[in-house]
Amino acid sequence: MEWISAIMQGTLLGGLYALFAAGLSLIFGVMRLVNIAHGDLIVLAAYMGLSTTVMLGIHPFMALLIVMPAMAGIGYVLQRGILNRTLGGDILPPLLVTFGLSVILQNTLLELYSADPQKMNAGVIETASVPVGGLTLGVLPVLTFAIAIAVIAGLQFIFYRTALGRAFRATSDNSDIAQLMGLNKAHVFGMAMALALAVTAIAGILLGVRTSFDPSVGGARLIFGFEAVIIGGLGNLWGTLAGGVILGVAQTIGAKIDPGWQLLAGHIAFLVVLAIRPQGLFPRVDH
Amino acid sequence: MPDPVLSLRKLDAHYGDFQALFGIDMEIAAGEVVAIIGANGAGKTTLLRSIAGLLKNQAGQVSYQGDTIGALRADQVAQKGIALVPEGRQLFPSLSVEENLLIGAQTGRAGQWSLGKVYALFPILKERKDQASTTLSGGQQQMVAIGRALMANPDLILFDEISLGLAPVIIKSIYDALPDIVGDGMTAMIVEQDIGKALSVSSRAYCLQEGRVSLTGATDTISRDDITRAYFGVEA
Repeated sequence: MEWISAIMQGTLLGGLYALFAAGLSLIFGVMRLVNIAHGDLIVLAAYMGLSTTVMLGIHPFMALLIVMPAMAGIGYVLQRGILNRTLGGDILPPLLVTFGLSVILQNTLLELYSADPQKMNAGVIETASVPVGGLTLGVLPVLTFAIAIAVIAGLQFIFYRTALGRAFRATSDNSDIAQLMGLNKAHVFGMAMALALAVTAIAGILLGVRTSFDPSVGGARLIFGFEAVIIGGLGNLWGTLAGGVILGVAQTIGAKIDPGWQLLAGHIAFLVVLAIRPQGLFPRVDH
Repeated sequence: MPDPVLSLRKLDAHYGDFQALFGIDMEIAAGEVVAIIGANGAGKTTLLRSIAGLLKNQAGQVSYQGDTIGALRADQVAQKGIALVPEGRQLFPSLSVEENLLIGAQTGRAGQWSLGKVYALFPILKERKDQASTTLSGGQQQMVAIGRALMANPDLILFDEISLGLAPVIIKSIYDALPDIVGDGMTAMIVEQDIGKALSVSSRAYCLQEGRVSLTGATDTISRDDITRAYFGVEA
């Protein structure tokens, strides 16, 4: 029963990892941009959530109403102001620029909030639990997992059912020809980054409610996000959720065997998938 | 000639250090169908890409309906009502047939062309509307490419080698559809290697040779000998 419990906890944790990964996957899928600053943007969202809750005295989930549009706005400006200039034939400039952005974000947050760990207070929901079968599941992890599914379903809907998603896919296929259709590539990419960082806002708030955070934790979130994307297969959002779940389960099972093995077990699961199926478990099939 | 829809003034085009067009002057009147002929590498595709905004020029080098558009981006040119059917069809592989058509209407320009009208012109596309565009035959893909351009309700449509790589019977059916497309006063430029086909549907022709206009005239007055000379740059 303890093992089943560990697997369930890991699955729910996977929802959070999928949220870390969804924005990363979206950015890479639309503009072939590997965003090294993604983890720090998640932490930025957590700090924005913290400031909002403290200043306005509202619940962290209510803070999303402010943090989501703010992060989306930052994403749009960031893409059009800086990142669009780095995109081209060469993969190196966007890597270097987002790496630089990561350093800037970490140090700015350190300057503003100090290195002390912070946490958002979400009240009773943090410790509430529900009995399911013979197991006891935390309400917050269950809610996180449900939000992850809702976010991925929402992204899937936007991608395959709306004009915006059509524009994303067309620009990703061939940006010159998309331009001929009246789509301004710079704007389409700006919208993609705005959407990705809106998802990042959700991930950041849920991170900040679940655990304490400080300006240096972004790097590990980036790694978890990357691993979930690669395990699931590039360009497949449901695969990303599966990747997050596999990573989460590997971590909790590792921790069950020996508390020191939590992170190691996750990385090993990632390496095994990479060695056996480098394209990921569910790569996008071009229909 | 009445006021031209499109006029080119000393249009140059470069790919890096390589100059592909040298001082092209051209005027096209509303409702005209103009053929652009010339050998491989003469600059035909470059000419269309320059007009469509995929290659940047100086603003004054391309005028369209009284505006100077040479320096605009391709999406801004598209908004103004110029559509390009690119060489090699260039459909979006991630989009279904219908989505490829719908994205053509992205400019939101009003006009007579709609999904229903494109399906009426090319009925086979309606049967295939949910398929991935890459699963269609070459001729059907060309129909999608043409339909996608029409969905923008352009005033000027540019056709780049629409017969390239297609079987003669398919080429014939596509050229048979052309009068329905340009019959309602749409202005068209047709780039073709197949001179006979290009001249049969156009009223005027320009021949390009190594980036310069080597011959121009009404299609019923220029002779085969003139074309041979202009095409190859040698005395026939």
